[in-house]
Amino acid sequence: MVGTVAGSGGRRETAASVARREGWLRRLPLLPAFVYVVILTQIPFALTIYYSFFSWNLLKPGSFKFIGIDNYANLLTDETIRTAVWNTVLLTVCVIGISAALGLAVATLLNSDVFGKGLMRTLMIAPFLIMPTAGALIWKDTLLNPLFGLLPYLLTPFGLGRVDWVNQFPMATVVTVEVWRWTPFMMLIILAGLQSQNPEVLEAARVDGANAFQAFRRITLPLVRPFLELGALLGSLFVVQTFDSIYMLTFGGPGTDTTNLPFLLYLVAFQGFSIGQASAIGVVAVVLTTIVATVGLRTLFSIFQVEQRR
Amino acid sequence: MNSVSPNLDALAHSATVVARRPFPTSRVLWSVVGWLVVFVFFFPVLWMWLEAFKTEPQAASSPPTFLFAPTLEEFQTVLSGDFPPFFINSAIASITSTLLVLVLGIPAAYALAIRPVKRTQDVLFFFISTRFLPFAASLLPLYLLARDLQLLDNILALVLIYTTINLPLGVWLLRSFLLEIPPELFEAARVDGASFTTEIRRIVVPLIAPGIAATSLICLIFSWNEFFYAVNFTSSVAATAPIFLVSFISGRGLFYAKLAAAATLASLPVLIAGWVAQKQLIRGLTMGAVK
Amino acid sequence: MATIVLGVVVALVAGACSGGAGGGGGSAGATTITMAAVDNPQMQDLQKLLPEFESAHSNIHVNIVTLPEDQLRQQVTTDVAAKSGRFDLFTEGTYEVPIWAKLGWIENLTPYIARDANYAPDDLIPGIKGALSYNGSLYAVPFYGESSMLMYRKDLLSAVGVTMPDHPTWDQVAAAAQKVNSSSVNGICLRGLPGWGEQLAPLDTVVNTFGGRWFDQSWNAQLTTPAWHDALTFYVNLLKNAGEPGAGNAGFTECLNAYNSGKVAMWYDATVAASNFTGAAATNSGYAYAPTKLTPYSGWLWSWALGIPSTSTKKDAAWTFIDWATSKDYIKLVGTKLGWAHVPPGTRTSTYAIPEYQAAAGAFAAVTVDSIAHADVTHSTVDPVPYIGVQYVDIPEFQQLGDQVSQEFAKVIAGNESVDAALQKANALAAAVGKAYHT
Repeated sequence: MVGTVAGSGGRRETAASVARREGWLRRLPLLPAFVYVVILTQIPFALTIYYSFFSWNLLKPGSFKFIGIDNYANLLTDETIRTAVWNTVLLTVCVIGISAALGLAVATLLNSDVFGKGLMRTLMIAPFLIMPTAGALIWKDTLLNPLFGLLPYLLTPFGLGRVDWVNQFPMATVVTVEVWRWTPFMMLIILAGLQSQNPEVLEAARVDGANAFQAFRRITLPLVRPFLELGALLGSLFVVQTFDSIYMLTFGGPGTDTTNLPFLLYLVAFQGFSIGQASAIGVVAVVLTTIVATVGLRTLFSIFQVEQRR
Repeated sequence: MNSVSPNLDALAHSATVVARRPFPTSRVLWSVVGWLVVFVFFFPVLWMWLEAFKTEPQAASSPPTFLFAPTLEEFQTVLSGDFPPFFINSAIASITSTLLVLVLGIPAAYALAIRPVKRTQDVLFFFISTRFLPFAASLLPLYLLARDLQLLDNILALVLIYTTINLPLGVWLLRSFLLEIPPELFEAARVDGASFTTEIRRIVVPLIAPGIAATSLICLIFSWNEFFYAVNFTSSVAATAPIFLVSFISGRGLFYAKLAAAATLASLPVLIAGWVAQKQLIRGLTMGAVK
Repeated sequence: MATIVLGVVVALVAGACSGGAGGGGGSAGATTITMAAVDNPQMQDLQKLLPEFESAHSNIHVNIVTLPEDQLRQQVTTDVAAKSGRFDLFTEGTYEVPIWAKLGWIENLTPYIARDANYAPDDLIPGIKGALSYNGSLYAVPFYGESSMLMYRKDLLSAVGVTMPDHPTWDQVAAAAQKVNSSSVNGICLRGLPGWGEQLAPLDTVVNTFGGRWFDQSWNAQLTTPAWHDALTFYVNLLKNAGEPGAGNAGFTECLNAYNSGKVAMWYDATVAASNFTGAAATNSGYAYAPTKLTPYSGWLWSWALGIPSTSTKKDAAWTFIDWATSKDYIKLVGTKLGWAHVPPGTRTSTYAIPEYQAAAGAFAAVTVDSIAHADVTHSTVDPVPYIGVQYVDIPEFQQLGDQVSQEFAKVIAGNESVDAALQKANALAAAVGKAYHT
């Protein structure tokens, strides 16, 4: 739009000022949410960064001292944070990968011609609705406990009755419980994608001689992919922050085998009450997650690029 | 039908009918597989419900008790205290924060989908990035702020926190639903001179109502089940359902049946909401069907 | 429909602005105090008897917030440290009281006690009273006290020809456990659940009686000494050879369940455990003092006590409640209303003189009060130490240190690490803590 445009009332507006006003009109609906989030997240984050340059133990009044980057320097030599980062990555990749695959499988089943689909779907959501704390305790104490749990009892004929699942396979246990929780979430999102499929396209493919698997791979999968990735993205946001299950199942152990970044933070902040150190770990967590997310989202946005409007 | 010769057409018809309805082995097979999977996933919840109706020794017996006379004894113990305030507080915190998410999130999603702002991707990334800081790091600064603002043990603090936690998720989900609305509808509205609020009211909300239901349900679930901010920011006046739940974890006695009973009760509201809204949920995440 | 929704929304917003739904019940002019309490049976009894207090003191209303131990500790610590005043009184343990008293975070209760002529502070069991004092003054009063003892099934042991002496040594206990251990009944249940208050409580008493200590007088960490090595090896091997399966997850509750259902023949744990026994466990149990090796006694000392934070604005009302809940009258109230087995143990000497209590608490009352009497937070190890505490080190860093160390030991119990490797790691952690105390 080159040249001037006559605005209302006869004022002459330039194309640039019209564009600017249009820009602000577009931004307006976004502002309330944006301002709200900025105030409620950036102030605490700024405080966190600020505290990270101090040594401050809440249990020792008068310990609030500026120490520069000492907290960060300690992290470089600290083995626990490396273990925590590794555990976070391992846990997230396993949980998201397995629950996405399972979710896809179950969603496909629920989208096909099976008996009692509605009831199946209803029952399938239940793990996602239960309080994580209660769910983890039920798993640990009534299902997996070697003395009076259900699973060891069922496995006794196979000679596995005394296996201590939670302590001998801690990461696997945490992954299992989290997969149990998040598969319904994935399933819901993917099922939505499947049900938005046009059944006529599938019919046509079948008439053309494609079998079920080929139809799945060539038609269904590409259509479901955006939903799969949306589910994986949103799910990752939460699984990275897994806390309740670890707190109840293993308390980060044995040793540091299941301590992830959020749990390590909890230990440092609320067992050791070492606020400065905890703040530094928090900042590091944000930096690492940002790096990973930037890389990951670049692939994702290429999908959404197609859907973006002008 | 009095002819002697057989009705060949009818025979041919019934033969084709028979041919078009073979025994549904495939359907049965996949149903069995499906039900097995669902059973495995649902079983822990079922087991929890069963535990709630046992006595304490039965709940932790070895071998596990399968056959038992159900009793409401533990439910009575759980309900003997002053439990309504916990649930009311949870309702206030969850529902109010979800409403706030919608009120703030729908316009924001609009601004990122229908008439997108210039740096949509960056804004979306910013919203996501607010979830990167683990709660244990931000909790103490927020706690000290709340202390100074006299917001401790005030349900308002939880409302604000839960809104903050759920808003990024809400904005992303709502945006995905909004992208499904055919742009022609908005063009038509603009031509008719509709204002922004009219657009929201007449076009957006009705068309993505199922999507709104889906987002609301997910936000409700996350707020209802949230424990750590709740336990740190409240004491007696604003305590929520998860705190009610853990109060039954005893350090010096058996507690599994009580815990199962309390967990069953504490999950009931979200369970009911989830199952009732389930139909909406599937429709909601399915906006592509509108195409 | 829309009006209903609007009505609900208005109600919600009103609820949110009023701060919340709970805490009600006080009439006009009444003071409401908020108490943070640990969840155990004695606390549950207190909650049941709350109406008795409120009818006798109609101007005070008490809201009790119950939490599991580690959450309670974290909440109360955050509250006193940040001076946020969420609670007017709380339960705290012998671990917190000296530390917080020194920091001035809790009230000195001596002046309050002096107001009540009937309180009889000298009736409080001396060892517990000392553990809750700082500079000679009481900063919290005991609501509940425990030591540790060995509980065993007399019938199961005599079936294999074992009799347990009253003051056994750990070697005798290990031998007995091996002998009675079978595929259906394990020899002994010991805590393995990670946590400084869980696994480390019994393990630390074993270390003490084997001659070990956490730090020497100069605050050098001592975890790589032979005493520690022997103690940890002994504990782990006992679990491996004659212990319960899933020891790495066994805390008090799991062992109680195992012992009650006859899955284990012996159990070394808190003295209060016996009041939870049912069936065969209740009728056939014998009680011995905590097993020893180099020391005459080795039971631990723990008390849940009631204290008032300095930030409270309702200290008098809080004290009125504390006074009521820890008085001799309360003991009698519990006994008559709920049964004598429900009386909180280990607080007052006079409790053990009540005939009805002796009848109900029976065999284990004597061992309990005697174990508490011989547990001394200032002298629990063979060699002198610069800290107090029997089964813990009474420094603020011990929560994190104890948790980390017990996690390493849990690995050993699970069979994933050697004793020496774990002790090396634990010693490094302890040395880092001890460095801050070097003068």
